[in-house]
Amino acid sequence: MTGAAAAGPSPPHAPYRSFPPIAELAVAAMILVIIGGIYLAAHLPNAISLTPAVVLLVVAALLLVADVVLLVRIRDFAWERFRQVAGWALVGYLVIAGMIGYAFIYDGTRGSQLVVLVAMLGVFAVVVPLLLGFSVARYQPVSADDDGNP
Amino acid sequence: MTNDGESVAAVILPAVGLGPAHPRPDFQIVPTRGIPIVAAAVVALIAAIATNQLWALDFFHVVGGGLWTGVDLFVGLVLGPIIGRMSIPARVEFSIRFMPKMLLIMPTLVTMTLASGWQLARHLGDLSASSTNHSWLVASYIVVGAMATIAIGVLEPANLGVLFELKKPRPDGELIAKLMRRFVYTAGITGLMQVATLIIMTRVATA
Repeated sequence: MTGAAAAGPSPPHAPYRSFPPIAELAVAAMILVIIGGIYLAAHLPNAISLTPAVVLLVVAALLLVADVVLLVRIRDFAWERFRQVAGWALVGYLVIAGMIGYAFIYDGTRGSQLVVLVAMLGVFAVVVPLLLGFSVARYQPVSADDDGNP
Repeated sequence: MTNDGESVAAVILPAVGLGPAHPRPDFQIVPTRGIPIVAAAVVALIAAIATNQLWALDFFHVVGGGLWTGVDLFVGLVLGPIIGRMSIPARVEFSIRFMPKMLLIMPTLVTMTLASGWQLARHLGDLSASSTNHSWLVASYIVVGAMATIAIGVLEPANLGVLFELKKPRPDGELIAKLMRRFVYTAGITGLMQVATLIIMTRVATA
């Protein structure tokens, strides 16, 4: 039995149901870390002010946290499908983020620049799987094995 | 039409209300047969970066970049308009065969191109702010950043959405058409942006 069946009327058919702006927030967070990454990459290997990159990183991280909060509050959602897609995407994007991080370390990036870069890669590696998992699960029905709750 | 094509059409047509119901053919969202090829490409890429050999880095950047640009332009500007004029059942049948392959090919090409490109720029001294190519490189970061945003934020979710919809016992033809339209439009936009990449890269190569 799904959460919907237990709690009351079923939600509208998945493709036509409205959700909080989870995809939009995820894309915004992704754009911020990409801009931060471009800013840092454009100045490497020179020492530069990290303030713009840190500001972008903090805002992106806050957007990611807000996104997760909005996501876990959704009921009657295909969480099983979300976990399946986001889980595999996380594996893929951790490999990609790991490769980028490896390239920067290999090239001699150190200290606070490396910390900011790794943190940006961390946000990127989490926000993309979240976006992909949500984008698929939003159109999926809640399966019989899934209670529709996170 | 082949037997395989007939069986796919037999399934797709009823799904969009155009014919009698038949069992759906199964397909893999991620074609596992292609994963060893992807793994081999990634291992070779890591070896190229670790050994820092100019030829290997150049090979990965030129081959990966050429294919990435070519595929983007071809899908966005040639295949896209053709798909847009196809009937929904034909689009769906095409998607079943096309989209899973793109799911492996594109991320592999992008990773190959960007990782080797960064290392190549470092090898040639183009990362230095004093390099004559530096401003072109920064321009390429911006173009790639914009393309990545479109690809990851719009194109890839649409691709996955179509594939998972096609896995349903009765796929929603309207939803598939909507997501396919999104896929084709964004592929067209990234295709056009690849023209900017071509200009930047040929400027860098001839500076």
